[in-house]
Order: sequence, then structure tokens, then C-alpha cells
Amino acid sequence: MQLNVNGEIHNIDVEPNMPLLWAIREQVGLTGTKYGCGVSQCGACTVYLNGEPIRSCSIPVSAVGKAKITTIEALSKNSTHPVQLAWIALDVPQCGYCQSGQVMAAAALLKKNPKPTDADIDSAMSNVCRCGTYQKIRDGIHVASGQKKLVDVLAQYDATPATRG
Amino acid sequence: MSWRNMTLLLQHVVKGKDMTLKKNNSALDSASRRDFIIKGTLAGGLIIGIGAVPELALAQSAVHHDHNSPTKYGEAEVNAWVSITPDETVFIRIARSEMGQGTRTGLAQLVTEELECNWRNVKTQSATPGHSLARKRVWGEHGTGGSRGIRISEDYVRRGAAAARIMLLEAAAKQWSVPVGELKVDRGVITHVPTGRKMTYGQVAELASTLNPPDPKSITLRNPRDWKVAGQPYARIDTANKVNGTKVYGIDLQLPGMLCASVKSCPVFGGKLVSYDEAKIKSMRGVKGVVKINDSTVAVVADTWWHANTALNAMPIVWDEGKGAGTSQSGIDKMLRDGLNEEGDFWQRKVGDAPKVINGSAKKVEAIYYTPFQAHVTMEPMNATVQIKGDRAIAWVPTQNGEGSHAALSEATGIPIGNCEVFKLDSGCGLGRRGSTQDFTSYAAKVAQQYPGIPVKVVWSREEDLTHDFYHPIAMAKMTAGLDAAGNCTGMHIKVAGQSINATLAPQNIKNGKDERQLQGLYENGPDAQLGYTFPTLLTEYVMKNTHVPVGPWRGVNTNQNGIFMECFMDECAKAAGKDPVQFRRALMQSHPKHLGVLNAAAKKADWDKPLPAGTYRGVAQFMGYASYSACVAEVTVKNNVVKVTRLVFALDCGHVVNPYLTREQIEGSVVMALGAIFNSEITVENGRIKQKNLDTYPLLKLAATPKVETVLVPTYDFWGGVGEPTICVVGPAVANAISAAIGRPVRNFPLSKEGLSLA
Repeated sequence: MQLNVNGEIHNIDVEPNMPLLWAIREQVGLTGTKYGCGVSQCGACTVYLNGEPIRSCSIPVSAVGKAKITTIEALSKNSTHPVQLAWIALDVPQCGYCQSGQVMAAAALLKKNPKPTDADIDSAMSNVCRCGTYQKIRDGIHVASGQKKLVDVLAQYDATPATRG
Repeated sequence: MSWRNMTLLLQHVVKGKDMTLKKNNSALDSASRRDFIIKGTLAGGLIIGIGAVPELALAQSAVHHDHNSPTKYGEAEVNAWVSITPDETVFIRIARSEMGQGTRTGLAQLVTEELECNWRNVKTQSATPGHSLARKRVWGEHGTGGSRGIRISEDYVRRGAAAARIMLLEAAAKQWSVPVGELKVDRGVITHVPTGRKMTYGQVAELASTLNPPDPKSITLRNPRDWKVAGQPYARIDTANKVNGTKVYGIDLQLPGMLCASVKSCPVFGGKLVSYDEAKIKSMRGVKGVVKINDSTVAVVADTWWHANTALNAMPIVWDEGKGAGTSQSGIDKMLRDGLNEEGDFWQRKVGDAPKVINGSAKKVEAIYYTPFQAHVTMEPMNATVQIKGDRAIAWVPTQNGEGSHAALSEATGIPIGNCEVFKLDSGCGLGRRGSTQDFTSYAAKVAQQYPGIPVKVVWSREEDLTHDFYHPIAMAKMTAGLDAAGNCTGMHIKVAGQSINATLAPQNIKNGKDERQLQGLYENGPDAQLGYTFPTLLTEYVMKNTHVPVGPWRGVNTNQNGIFMECFMDECAKAAGKDPVQFRRALMQSHPKHLGVLNAAAKKADWDKPLPAGTYRGVAQFMGYASYSACVAEVTVKNNVVKVTRLVFALDCGHVVNPYLTREQIEGSVVMALGAIFNSEITVENGRIKQKNLDTYPLLKLAATPKVETVLVPTYDFWGGVGEPTICVVGPAVANAISAAIGRPVRNFPLSKEGLSLA
């Protein structure tokens, strides 16, 4: 079986019912895509299938066919996607475990809707974060979309770019 | 497996050269001291991201160093806490675990403050428990729970940093043959003031490491009011590799030749494994074997985890479910409810004769509250990796207690602890699950013992993780108070019936059936969790009611339910007294200035005295836990039993604030965990087993339901309090009190779905 992951063809010899998540993690060897629940509830396993975000824990590898899979590792070169930059600038992640999925979901939202409203963010961002970084995720999307200035968001937390070290 | 194309490369670096340390005679042999370095290998150095959002050029962050990497011992070590290499890199050793709470960054700021090094040159390394033991626990406690990561270690960590600074300056003085008093240092550059000569820390570190350290007691630490680095909202030191998939969590470990395992324990706690049919799965793809871990747990081992878990789910297993199988949730609830009416020799705190005074009062207020079991659901399921090599054992564990993992590894394998080493990995959430209970480490050790020489990674499925937790204990409380004719409180009777964490984890702390730990937040004295009210008469009682369900610490622990009991009831009393909830509290808080301080700060920030728009209602709560004082004001609207939290304001006095930005993030996080627990989730028991198997039946809070959090930090600079947990316990009662104000009846049963309420 062939899998097109991040622009490269991987020949893998697996059972057809293996979830794409596990093919990516254990066959291709890319572990940025995370296992959180295995039942499509948490979104930690979010990858793109032909550019569309999907929950890779719940699609068998046999259903992928020739579709192009993009994982967090290939979202950008050197973490330069605006979402990644905003995430770093605002320290969105706490433990970070769910953030591969959050970043992928946020980047997918901005691709479809470059200036999302809060309501758009509410409906698009259904990934679970147990650390509770949602407020910073919302801030991060506002900054990444250019709708809020980083300096203004930091000011809400009594910080400035200069006092961030 | 294609390793060639991996963006992420796990480097398993074994140093060939002699690893003998300069300063000690480690009992560990060289193999155990190998450096296992985990690196994200993103190409390119600084990120210069500009494009559409130029201001994000700030987000420059090198990904070269994984702060999760274990200490490289013997590397230009000035002392245990600090090593400085000739290229001016300052490695700060961190003993506490990181699971997102920011302790690593905070401790590094404290070290930088006293060391006077350049923050931009700081990298951290993780001290390893085996090495620490060999050096007489030079890094102190590794345990990271109870919001203690900074407050318990700040003193010796800062003294260690200051000692290193003194040694570096002495070394420079020696090199220049000048008095040390003629030197000053700024961000790692030493200046000889009379001549203007300069030298760097990197240039003198080697000489400094040969000098005698100063007596720690002789060191004067900087006054926190004068801090320049600590106290600042510095960026987290370890964010960069959390946004591109390169951070390696325990579940991501890939070691050469590694096998993977999935585990299953008897669905009913206390039940036993009778038999399993290994033959049925032996031919399944990738399967290597089955290991009986203990009387009630079995593991399937395979080449990959998915293969292991698939085979485990296919394997017929016979359990003897034991007597716990007859237990139902209604039975547990009845036991607790009955406990509220029991009289006996319970743990008690008495001030006067509260029941008598209450019965004789003009008005009597009474309410019964219920809070359920909760599960941790760390985003990264339980896991650990162990390799047995001859008479040595090595473990890689996402752990909140490295020394606990170390001990568990030794105990499970029978290998002397001096031959064991643990590499701590940053955890995908901790929340209390990965500390005092080390079942994950023990399981991995037991499985690895059957595969000598081979690293074995044991990962729990989410279903196993959710159904074999150490749950937030279930509890009920009967609260009774008296009011005089003027609406003043005459007495308070708090009677809690519920499960004891000590009974599961530390029975030695229970004396004659009496256990004070369950009354956290209601204690008479500080410094950790003192009740903030002085009632004219008071009776506090704890009736222990244990079930077969194991319980343990869950972020906030017993302040969660006690905060609800106390603070929801205070609002019921205020209402019965016809008084404003803040005013009613203030009258009882005059001897508790710090509790009062945060209550007033939150009320002020939330404009408590100003009117609200029609349809919006407020609630307030204050409580103390983890040596810090918290207060919260919530605003809600309720339409057709759907609650929208429109505003949440917090005040926190944690004494000293090491990083205000990350402190605020902890408060924001605590809101999400609390709101999920009070509205959505509960763990219940059916036929002795946990009914909720995954997130479809144990729903966690999502972004859309999360209100914006406003925080005012009011440090009083005279104590060290925790940050990760203190605020969680005031969220529930503040929101519940606002809801009660909105709907005109008190809510007492949690989660609030039991009251017919849901969160918008």
C-alpha cells in the first residue's frame, strides 16, 4: 500500500483497517500527530486529507487511497505559518500535547476564512485541550489573522513584547 | 518503517568516553549514565517569520535545544544547578517535572535572577532521579504536585544559583588577581570596575567549578521586590517545539528494537484475572506475546502499539470480578447520604457548641450538596517505557514524581535502586494522575522484564486510562447554619461524607478512622488551606465513606468539593439573612486579611457594587488552597436552563509572582477544567465498573463554552504560594452562585446537568 504523506510516497505493508493515525505514527514514523481518544472526539490526531482537516484516528488507511496527507510536521517550513508564529508569540500551548491538532485546525480555519469572527472560531475549533488553553487559542487566531495586534493582546495580560524576555 | 524521511529524529546518543564526574563518585555504572538526548531536528536556526503579520517577528525561537533533555552530567558544572560552557550557554538543571504548568520557566527565571546570567543563553536540562540519588539527593525533591514545584524549592534553587554566581566572580578575581569586591556582573559579563577589563561566565566557569562553594546560609537572596528577571512575564522557555510536532512525549518514544504493549485490568476494581486465551491472538500480526503483569492486569506485546491493542481487544479474558461487581452508583450515593446523618467519633473541629447554638437561633439554614467522581483524562494517556539490561533498569516516564517512578522501577523489577535510572519526559498533562500513583511505571517494568535487553513501551488505551484512574473522590456535605434576628451568622456546622484519598494512597495517615485531608480548605490553621471565616461557633466533621473505586489527587483535590460546599452555602446564608453575599462574607473575615484581600480585589475588578444589565446575574466565591488565596466573581445569563458565563474575574494572592503571564495562563486553564467538571462530566459506577469509557460519554469542555477570564494578581510579597491549583476551587461556587441568583433557587447537585442545566 502506498501513502502520500507530506509530499512523499511511503510504501507500507499494513492491514487495511489500520487507522490512518497509527499508520502515520508507527509506520511512517511521524509522531507529531497525537492519539488522544481514538473515537474522533478530541481532535489531537487532526491531519489534512487533500487540504481538508480530518480526524485521522477514525479513518482506515484503506480509505485514503491516493489522497495527499499533510501532517503538522509539514504545515510550514521552520514553524513559519502565522498560526505557529502566533502560538509561540502568545505561549498558547501549556503541555502542548493537543496543540498539533489545534494548530492544524486553526490553520485550516484561516485558509477557509481568513478573518474569522468569534462565532466562526467557536464553531470551527472543536478540539479538546485539557490544560484549558482556549482563551489563548482564540487570541492566537485573532493575531494570526491580523485582526488583532500582538501588542494589544499582550497588553490584556499586562505584558509587552519587551517584557517577554 | 521509513526513518530516512522523518522530520523528527530520535537520537540515542551513547557517549563513548569516560563519564566519570568531576565531583562525585557515582555508584552508577557508565551504561546507566548514558545520555539519552531527544532532539527536534528542525533545520534552520532562528525563525524569522514575517510575511502577513510582521509583528510576529517576535516569535523568534530556536528549536535546537529540547528543554526536556536530561542533564549531561560532567559538563562544565559550576555546581549541581548550573553548568556553563565556553560558548556561554548556561545550562540550568531542573528537578521538577513539566506538564505545561510553566515551572521549568519559572525556576529558570529564579536561577537567572540570582546567577546574573544572560537569559537568552539559558537552556535547561532535566535532573535524573538515579543520578540525584547517587549524589545524595543534591537536587532535592522531584515531586511536582500540590502546586509545589516552585514554592517548596525556590529557596535552595535560588541559593544554588547565587552560590554559582559567587564562585564565578571569585574565579574571575583569582584570574585577574584582584579583590572580588572590585568586580561587578551584568548578564554573564564580569567587569573589573577599576580597569574596565571584562570577562565572561563562559571563560571562568571551568576555574569556578574547582572552587569551594560558599555556605548557602551565608548568602543573601535578592528581595523579590527588586527582581529584574523573575517577576517578569517572560515567554515560556519551551514552547517552540510544541507547535510543529517535534516535541517528543513519552508516547512518541521510538527506540531501536522497541516493542509496544497495551494493558487491560479487570473492569471491576478489586477483581482478578482468571485466564486468557493467548492462542487466539498468537498468530495476529505483529504479536510477540502476552504478559501477566499482576493478579488483575494483563498486557499484549507487539511490534507496534496498534497491533498490541488490537490483539488485546481480541483476546478472550476471564475475570473473577469479585465482590465489587455488585456495586452501583445509587448504592454509593445512598451510603454517602446516610453518612450525613450518622453520629460518631469522626474527625472534628469544634468551636463552642455549634449545633446547639444553631438550633437556638432565630433562623436555621440547611442544605445538602453532592459532587461526583471525576477522571483526570490527561491528553496523553498513561504510558512508560522500560529497558532491562542485565542487572540494570532504565525507564522513560512522563511523570510528576521522578523519584516515585525511580522507586517503582526498582520495586517492580527487584533491581537495586542504585542500578536504576529514570529519564523524565514532559507530560501531556499531569493533573495529579502521574505523581503518587506509579502504576504505569510498574506495568512497563513488569512487561520489560519478560523481554530482557529490549525497550518496551507500554501505552494505555484511552478506554483503559478512563476506566482505571485514581478518581477525584466523591463527596456530599450537609451544611447547617444559624442566623440571629439581624441576619448575623451564629454558628456553622459542616458535615462532609465522602471517600478518602488517604484510604487509597496513604492509609498510614489515617488515625482511628479520622482523616483531616478531606477537609482541605476548611482547616483551622494555615499555611496551606485555611478556612477564611471566623464563625462564632463551628463544628466541622468528616465521615469517611470509602468505596472500591480508587481515588487520588485531581487538580485542586479536596478544595474543589469543599469550596463548593462552603461557598455555595455562604450564598444561601446571605440570601436567608437578606444580605449582599460580599458584605455577608466580609463580616466573618475580619481576622483573615489575605482571604479578605482577594475577595475585595475581585469584587472591585468585577464592579460588584455597580448594577448589571437586565438578565445578567453575579456570583462570588473565595477559598484558600496550596498556600494561595483566590476569589472569583462570575456573571451569567440563564435562558431555558442554558447557562452562559459572560464574565469571570479572578483575584489571586500567591505571595510572590514569579511569572505573571504564566500565572494567568494557569488560572485560565483552571477555569476550563472546573467548568467542564461542574457542568458536563461525572464518573459513575455500574455493576462495579466505570460506566464512562471515552470522551463521548465523558465530555470535556471545548473552546466555544469557555468564557473570557480576567485576572488581577495581588501579591503581598510575604509568603510563597502555589499557582497551578488554587483558583480551580472558586470557579464552581462563583458560577453556581450566579446561576442560583438567576433562577431564584439554589443549585446543589453537581454536575449541574443533575439540576437540568447546561452550558451554552
